[in-house]
Amino acid sequence: MNPIAHAVHAVQISGLTKTFNAGQSTEVRALNNIDLVVERGRFVSLIGPSGCGKSTLLRLIADLTEPTAGTVLVNGKPAHQARLDQDYGMAFQQAGLFEWRTVSKNIELPLELRKWDKAKRRARALEMLDLVKLSEFADHHPFELSGGMQQRVAIARSLAFNPSLLLMDEPFGALDEMTREHMQDELIRIQKQTGCTVVFVTHSIPEAVYLSDTVVVMSPRPGKIAKLVDVPLGDRSYDTRELPQFFAKVTEVREALRNIEYGVLA
Amino acid sequence: MKSSGRVPEIVRSAWPPIAVGVVFLTLWELFIKAQDIREVLLPAPSGIWRQMLNNTTAIRDAMWHTGLNALIGLVAGVALGVVASFVGSRFKIFSEIVTPLATALGAIPIVVLVAQFYNMFSQTSEIARRLMTAVAVFFAVYVNLVKGLRQVTEAQGELMQSYAATDRALLTKVRVPAALPFFFTALKIAAATSVITAFVSEYFGGRQNGLGYAITSAATVSKTTREFAFVAGACVLGLGFYLAAVGLEYVAMPYRRKRST
Repeated sequence: MNPIAHAVHAVQISGLTKTFNAGQSTEVRALNNIDLVVERGRFVSLIGPSGCGKSTLLRLIADLTEPTAGTVLVNGKPAHQARLDQDYGMAFQQAGLFEWRTVSKNIELPLELRKWDKAKRRARALEMLDLVKLSEFADHHPFELSGGMQQRVAIARSLAFNPSLLLMDEPFGALDEMTREHMQDELIRIQKQTGCTVVFVTHSIPEAVYLSDTVVVMSPRPGKIAKLVDVPLGDRSYDTRELPQFFAKVTEVREALRNIEYGVLA
Repeated sequence: MKSSGRVPEIVRSAWPPIAVGVVFLTLWELFIKAQDIREVLLPAPSGIWRQMLNNTTAIRDAMWHTGLNALIGLVAGVALGVVASFVGSRFKIFSEIVTPLATALGAIPIVVLVAQFYNMFSQTSEIARRLMTAVAVFFAVYVNLVKGLRQVTEAQGELMQSYAATDRALLTKVRVPAALPFFFTALKIAAATSVITAFVSEYFGGRQNGLGYAITSAATVSKTTREFAFVAGACVLGLGFYLAAVGLEYVAMPYRRKRST
């Protein structure tokens, strides 16, 4: 790869502040003066109590909402330009598939909007379905799929453009525990295969620790970064969840979160 | 097994209402016979059937006139409702003006409106009836479709935003397909409404050619059996319109078929 492009960070946030309803009595400072760098190819989770602004932070990276102050750079360019260039793919808690489109056509939608020709679209959709192991469901409709399968389609869709960055807002939040663990392994495999950077919002401490290279612990009112926890556990496997080091990291994140609660109560 | 897939399904879903209908007609017939009820009060189904066979041409002609009025009113009302709801979902001020107006129109009894239309467009043209039908249909379509065009969920909206999709793409790829179920619900209501409205409009004036006129004129001379024969014709017409709307829905939304059965 181009060494200069390699030096550029996947996400670079500096002095980022977001205030909702500025100037009104309902004014809320959702994020206060955030600095954060996400290196290329890393898996970073944002975790924190409700109202800490983790989803808002993700949506600012995605340019789905505008910052009040500060800057967000994605692949070295302003977030707005990155969105226009489709530098990132996004997945939400709800799979958000369109019921009138087949699985394949759902994945093709972003490509359709960019005027890819039909054969090329279809080929890419099948490639992505292969990646999430749902090839045989290409021509099914979403309602024929389970919740976990729908979420896998949503992930395939977010990867359709082969983006270098994947933004995920609690994508496994609505799934049962068994499906969830399975999806976590799938996501790790997909990230390895594609080499993309992931920014992942979650409520679950074990999920954050299991998936991430770095866990960003956030505190609320106003949202800021309380602690960065690096998780050097190497390649994840079935046994990782039972390692003492895994538990140590879970405890570290949990205690960081607990300190926030005490801080808020005090 | 394979070839027995389609037909039995239709038979399966059709036999309960048919069975109920047959039982109902049989009880009706037996009741008339047992109580020796005079024909002018309530005719027997067998008598109505004979009248229908004897008056096929008259019934067919009346169905044609009423049906054509209903169809023209239906098409015009649907077209108007679709256009208005698109404009309404795009410009809030428009929907704020039209929605109360459409609701008010829907609440005015047919008798008031159609009498006014007869005054405005003369008793000898079919315009009043078609206009009345279009008004009734417009209401059903507009109210449902305005709602349907706003069905985009937050996640779907943000997804399209993340794709940097244009307003036009959002409309054609998301809002219109999401509104289809609402449109077809409206169309099914409107199809039945159009026949009823065209038919009832004939009660209050206009040319003497349709089912509504035939029924009132038979009733005034106490030809009750003949009256019921035309009522049966009206039922067939209304059912035909409704089934046509169901058929269109079936063709337009194949992805909903498997789920609903």
